[in-house]
Amino acid sequence: MIPKPPVLELLKLEVGFPGAPIVKGIDLKIEEGEKVALVGESGCGKSLTAFSILRLLPQAARITGGQVIFDGHDLATLPAHELRRIRGKGIALILQEPMTSLNPVLPIGLQVAENILQHEKLSRRAAKERVIELLDLVGIPNPRERYTMYPHNFSGGMRQRVMIAMAIACNPRLLIADEPTTALDVTIQAQVMDLLEDLCSKLSMAMLLITHDLGAVAQWTDRVAVMYAGRIVETAPIAPFFAGPQHPYSQGLMNSSVDDGWHYSSHRLTEITGNVHSALGERGCAFAPRCPLAAPGCRETPPPLELAGPDWHVACYRRAEAMAPSPVAASH
Amino acid sequence: MGLLRTIRRTALQALPTMFGIVLIAFILLHLMPGDAVDAISGMSGSSSQETMEEMRAAYGLNDSLPVQFIRYVAGVFTLNFGMSINYSAPVLDVIMERLPATLTLMFTAFVLALSSGIVIGWAMAVFAGRWVDRLLTAGSLLLYSAPNFWVGLMIIVYFSAKLQLFPAGGAETIGADLQGWAWFTDRLHHLVLPSCALAAFFVAIYARLTRAAMLEVLRQDYIRTAHSKGLHPMLIQFRHGLRNALIPVTTVAGLHLGNMLGGAVVVETVFNWPGLGRLTMNALAARDTQVLLGILLLSSIAVIVTNVLIDWLVSWLDPRIRS
Repeated sequence: MIPKPPVLELLKLEVGFPGAPIVKGIDLKIEEGEKVALVGESGCGKSLTAFSILRLLPQAARITGGQVIFDGHDLATLPAHELRRIRGKGIALILQEPMTSLNPVLPIGLQVAENILQHEKLSRRAAKERVIELLDLVGIPNPRERYTMYPHNFSGGMRQRVMIAMAIACNPRLLIADEPTTALDVTIQAQVMDLLEDLCSKLSMAMLLITHDLGAVAQWTDRVAVMYAGRIVETAPIAPFFAGPQHPYSQGLMNSSVDDGWHYSSHRLTEITGNVHSALGERGCAFAPRCPLAAPGCRETPPPLELAGPDWHVACYRRAEAMAPSPVAASH
Repeated sequence: MGLLRTIRRTALQALPTMFGIVLIAFILLHLMPGDAVDAISGMSGSSSQETMEEMRAAYGLNDSLPVQFIRYVAGVFTLNFGMSINYSAPVLDVIMERLPATLTLMFTAFVLALSSGIVIGWAMAVFAGRWVDRLLTAGSLLLYSAPNFWVGLMIIVYFSAKLQLFPAGGAETIGADLQGWAWFTDRLHHLVLPSCALAAFFVAIYARLTRAAMLEVLRQDYIRTAHSKGLHPMLIQFRHGLRNALIPVTTVAGLHLGNMLGGAVVVETVFNWPGLGRLTMNALAARDTQVLLGILLLSSIAVIVTNVLIDWLVSWLDPRIRS
């Protein structure tokens, strides 16, 4: 049996603003139906990576190298009119801020229908019926009445549901969700993530979840890729990763998050000292200035991703030391 | 029902405003040296002191200012706006005779300015930073800073005197007695130059406004959402971009309608247009206080009514205001 090709493959992808490279060559594979989390702190380039896949980068930002392979095409160089056939149809996008990502002056039904009418030969009436089905599917009550309502008539969680309905309207093979729950109430976050997970399995969609919430990663995804200062430092399946991450940065992330989703904890959380900017001008591993295990060799050349277990890659020269009993916990 | 309530509320709000306008205008007009009788006597060349006093008494100009003011306001409540001394006719008739010409000119200029301003501003935003944008920005700065009487004169010099494309003044061919279609095209032909001269300044304003609003809108998240659906860029520009950018443009355009009336006074004078603008100039020269008060009252009503219309238009464009 020939293995199915991955839905999306990023090869040595580089993205940046003029004179300021942000994403410095990342490789990432997303298999059919797989839910992958891209985790990292603000400014590490995870959102830029997400936007570069559909070439929806902010002005001035450019893909400066590498490939984005989807369905046999390199989206990084595909002509604009062909890329438009993939946007919304093959790959859909959900943005972080449901308050601003819907057009305030158009009825939500029309905004969802736009996607369908763009990609499918459907009459307006049939498209409207599809939209009502979709709104119902994402859990919006009274979809027929809501069809003509405007975004300001909806709460944040409901707007994000509209965004999800819009994204899944054409049964995309891949859904990119850029921090889809960050702007929502904690109580709503789980509902929205449950909905996304449910839809992924129903429609056999793959998902790339951009987040900084390790709790969401553990609960709702299959595989995690940890990003630091424009590079992927560790990628692993969820279960072994949460049993014992190998990169010192992943370990730091884990130590600085709460267990079991409890937001009231009796013990102080451990922080990672320093900040991302300390890596500016660093020739070697970008995490070296903050790493408790950094050795002189770490500051020469950036470490490559190496196989560290089944489907598990880590970019660290000090992996062996990092795996020794609780090095980070012992350092404070 | 909603509209009726809006009208009633606006009328109640407008009443004190209009009273204030009439009061201030009344005081300012009487601060001017000389009155209508002086103007008439000056025109006729010789008048004895006695006839002038008789005329003043006949027109009630000897009464104290408060008495004159109360008489005027009381008249307004019965829709009697007084008599024009200069034209020896009721003010209302004098104004109504000129009103259509001015409304035609202003309406044409407004539509022209708004439509071309939006198109130009949109082009500037789409090509922001490139040569198209720079050229149009420079052009709009020129229109913005040129006084409209000068623009009017230059247009006359070039398009009328030199190219002989359009008539230099007036609203119709005098004595031609045209009917139907010919009458309409003749009017239109006369309308082109003055409405362009009046529109020039506002084209620049609306273009720069549209440019700024459009650039702001194109940065919004929902534009990225629209792109993520694979929509054609032109569709996004219009349905998602311009639709949102028009909200601030419409609001400001409405506020500028009052300014346009001021511009019309000058342009009508330059183009010999038989409208309120020229009536104002003549009334000012003749110290025809009643006519001036009537025009001021009318234009303040016009501004208030326009603002109601603009509010209604904006709420139609922006569903957030509707609810």
